[in-house]
Amino acid sequence: MPGSAVDRLEFRDPARARALNDALGRAVADIGRSPVSVMHVCGSHEQAIAKFGLRTGFPRALNVIMGPGCPVCITDMPEIDEGVALALQGVRLATYGDMLRVPGTAGSLADAQAAGGRIDVVYSVAQAVELARATTEEIVFFATGFETTAVATAAVLLAGPPKNFSVLSAHKYIPPVMEIVSEMPGSRVEGFLAAGHAATITGWGLFEPFVARHGLPVVVAGFEPLDILAGLTRLVEMIRDGTREVANMFPRCVTREGNRNAQAQLWRVFRPIGGRWRGIAHVPNGNLRLRDEWAHVDARRRFTIDVAKLWDHAPSTLVRQCICGNIMAGIASPSDCALFGGACVPESPVGACMVSSEGTCRIWHEYGGVPDLGSRGGAA
Amino acid sequence: MCLGVPGLVTEVDDLTAVVDFWGVRRRVRLDLVDEPVAVGDYVLNHVGFAIRRIPPEDVQTTLALYEALLRESQRGDGADLMTADVLGEIAAGAEGSGLRAKG
Repeated sequence: MPGSAVDRLEFRDPARARALNDALGRAVADIGRSPVSVMHVCGSHEQAIAKFGLRTGFPRALNVIMGPGCPVCITDMPEIDEGVALALQGVRLATYGDMLRVPGTAGSLADAQAAGGRIDVVYSVAQAVELARATTEEIVFFATGFETTAVATAAVLLAGPPKNFSVLSAHKYIPPVMEIVSEMPGSRVEGFLAAGHAATITGWGLFEPFVARHGLPVVVAGFEPLDILAGLTRLVEMIRDGTREVANMFPRCVTREGNRNAQAQLWRVFRPIGGRWRGIAHVPNGNLRLRDEWAHVDARRRFTIDVAKLWDHAPSTLVRQCICGNIMAGIASPSDCALFGGACVPESPVGACMVSSEGTCRIWHEYGGVPDLGSRGGAA
Repeated sequence: MCLGVPGLVTEVDDLTAVVDFWGVRRRVRLDLVDEPVAVGDYVLNHVGFAIRRIPPEDVQTTLALYEALLRESQRGDGADLMTADVLGEIAAGAEGSGLRAKG
């Protein structure tokens, strides 16, 4: 099978993984206090950590926090409401499957679908463009995800989509939220594990100003078990040694400059503006909106989106109890939430973190409650 | 949504490529990739778009980096801890065999 030698075996080699776990344990022990807290900002990191059971091998004193790295989870309720309102107005939407069940102020896209709204689930924005080509009716792509996904939206716009295609952008940009989370009162974060795929686009050099401002080390890591273990080991060693810089532990995909072609396309189409991240805060420059030159494909300008009527319904009592925001800011765990596993389960989620396959609550629920309280099997 | 997956390029036409992801073939777009892609290359894929051509030598560089990290972390205090572990195990083994010899 293609790729098997490289990706299936070498990057999942148990002997190397054990050795890295031991090195991680030694670096944490060298620091000599508990907990040593680091944050990753990527749902795919959490998925890999859960899938390969990496937490059970982490040193007990190491606290690996999942930050606001799940694009579905941080899509704000009013943004969901815009999609719901459009669908209820009879406009046909296309979006990524994860978005359907995320609760808005007055229901989710799935609820809108049940009420007769037409919403197509696509794997790629390119499929949404194909949908538009095959029909004369308007197709709005409800665009969510971070810069890694926003570049794909940019590419289809630059490639000239059909006239009946437009974009409702809820895209988000990760670097500014790292600043916000670092500055939050009660933040325990001592270093960041940055997502390799986003850095593939933006380049690791992007994090240098952040390191200079906040004095926290950043390590760019990939998504195979060895990538994550090596990334964490390097990060803890940097905390131990007081090294304040960016380390690239994913050199097979990430360069200092990143993918300049993709960056050029991203910034030709989008501009960063401030906006709310669900449950977290207003994040300056954290949202990506279409530039004025793209007004003709901006669903917010093409349609009158009436969200106000959705806001007659206040969020439910359960929604107000949801602590997704604190979980994504790293100051609470799913097990701190009164709803977790009871009133809030994947089948009937209250918060977005229980909806997405990349959400902390969903991952903890699927992989057995409180994964970081497992025994130290791997490194023993 | 975010899981970028590497795959092997099996066909290339102008703007798209057919890529084999561990036996699953998919057509991906090449708009975003930063260098020319050819049959036999590995590409990192994200939501139907290739975002990076992965040079084979870079895979080896990554592994070499991890080996170097291990070597570094085994120097200094780390080496002492590890040595202590190994010596401890040898001592325990010797003790055990000693007991067996006596028994």
